[in-house]
Amino acid sequence: MLIHTRDLVKIYRMGDTEIQALDCVSVDIGKGEFVAVMGPSGSGKSTFMNVLGCLDRPTSGQYILDGKPVSELAGDELAAVRNRNIGFVFQQFNLLARTPAIENVELPLVYAGMDKKLRVERSRAMLERVGLGERAHHHPAQLSGGQQQRVAIARALVTEPLLILADEPTGALDSRTGLEIMALLQELNRQGMTVVLVTHEADIARFARRILGFRDGRVVQDERNEALAA
Amino acid sequence: MNFAGLLRIALRALAVNKLRSALTMLGIVIGVGAVIVMIAVGAGAQARVEEQIRALGSNLLLVTPGSTTAGGVRLGFGSASTLTEDDVAAINREIPEALAAPALRGAAQVIWGNTNWSTQIYGTTPEYLDVRQWPLAAGRSFEPAEMAAAAKVCLIGATVARQLFGDADPLDQSIRIKRVPFTVIGVLDVKGQSLMGTDQDDLVLVPLKTARSRVLGTASAARNRTVGTIWVKAADGVNTKAVEAQVRSLLRQRHRLQPGVDDDFSLRNLAEVMAAQEASSRVLALLLAAVASVSLLVGGIGIMNIMLVSVTERTREIGLRMAVGARMRDILGQFLVEAVTLSLIGGLAGVALGIGASLLIAELAGWRIVLSPQAVALAVAFAFVIGVFFGFYPARKAARLNPVEALRFE
Repeated sequence: MLIHTRDLVKIYRMGDTEIQALDCVSVDIGKGEFVAVMGPSGSGKSTFMNVLGCLDRPTSGQYILDGKPVSELAGDELAAVRNRNIGFVFQQFNLLARTPAIENVELPLVYAGMDKKLRVERSRAMLERVGLGERAHHHPAQLSGGQQQRVAIARALVTEPLLILADEPTGALDSRTGLEIMALLQELNRQGMTVVLVTHEADIARFARRILGFRDGRVVQDERNEALAA
Repeated sequence: MNFAGLLRIALRALAVNKLRSALTMLGIVIGVGAVIVMIAVGAGAQARVEEQIRALGSNLLLVTPGSTTAGGVRLGFGSASTLTEDDVAAINREIPEALAAPALRGAAQVIWGNTNWSTQIYGTTPEYLDVRQWPLAAGRSFEPAEMAAAAKVCLIGATVARQLFGDADPLDQSIRIKRVPFTVIGVLDVKGQSLMGTDQDDLVLVPLKTARSRVLGTASAARNRTVGTIWVKAADGVNTKAVEAQVRSLLRQRHRLQPGVDDDFSLRNLAEVMAAQEASSRVLALLLAAVASVSLLVGGIGIMNIMLVSVTERTREIGLRMAVGARMRDILGQFLVEAVTLSLIGGLAGVALGIGASLLIAELAGWRIVLSPQAVALAVAFAFVIGVFFGFYPARKAARLNPVEALRFE
């Protein structure tokens, strides 16, 4: 198993009230899967993504990523796991403004301490892979939304991570461009990349091969896509 | 991330808000500029003092008689006649590190041909020239025989020479001082103005005995051995303070003063007197120091303020950097380098401003200034420290952001 979680609990404290965002979530995701995490807002799907992405730590429970118990790590160790093993794709792209596309793609390699020459080489190759080899030196403001999201995907891929975590990757795009981005993610999955996608749109979720439904911090649905598509 | 990378990010971030960055630097620019001017003016004043001490004759002590009381009225220093030729001889005999010369002073009209000039007459000994480190421009000094015989010979200052003789050669000419004819045997070199602005070259030197009997004294005064002042020079490389103490104790002993009794003379260290006179430039330096520290403080707070704004504005960027693997020290370093870059650019601009202002002051006020690389280094170091100090809190705030909340920040 690439991802193995046991009884994940996450409790937020807001003043006097406690909010249980995750309630004993136990999920296994294998290498090469394409999973869509669905659910209404407040269902805990975002919290689950943050824990999977090592951005947040569970209050209790276990998270083992590629055989490594990452739920016990903190601070800079988590930063290192994010850097090496996880590629993020966000709804708002989160590219650095006034910074050429290629330097945006390089960013994770900069924090990995890779030297400049190798960095540029790999970043250029990754931009070509997402179809933006010609636009390596364009700034985000000079690119369309779809192109910006492709740069973000190249940035997620450049460290050759274990999995891609995509949080509403089509939320800021028109539907046609959104479908193109999904097709790209599907293509990456076919090449062997594990993809976990958060969405609330059924149209988008149908690109995945497995659907995890969240409600009130629990997994209430876990089925193969064939059933959904039918 | 390496330093060059951080610097590039910092410069890019600062370039986004050029006007804001420039205004933020202003406090540092003024503060560093004030530091540069302060040091330039202060060092200039110091150099002037040292130069004047050299010109006056280094390590000089001036002994004047104490005060006296006449009918209940206490008169000032110099009113008593407590110093004698024997005191001078005793100093020269018993304190090997000191050279003493007496001076008996009075004003007189000097006449040569049909010109005349009012000047100061000093009765003294040949040692006076050594004590004052005052070379002769022409002629010779007094000889022992002339001293003993109260010969009617004199040395004249450069101003007297010019006023009486113009372009003529004064040597071996006969001038009259209070109707007594004197032969000019030497002309003193130009000494220039004293610290008080009086012309030191406006004087005539005559042998002490001659002055007492022929020029300044009365018949009765001719018999006593009092002198007006005693000049003492400490030998080179000897602590002037130590010599001062020795002279004081010798004179107290010779004047038979019991412990606890006040001195019947006053002893002044001329170097100290001169240094005190540079207090005005020191006040200015102090004022500039105040301006500099207030300005640097305000500038530093400005940097902190802008960095806090910058951290807030770029919360999502910080979250993204954390998501792709930036460690706490990467974020801390990034914002610290940005703050220091801001303050250092301000510091360099301040150095330019300070040098410009110093040159302007030198030009307009006619003050001596000394610009030194050390002052520039100090000012830039100040700017650096300010950047680190005031940049640290915002940088730490950025580094401690929670990545989840930072990414969600609108």
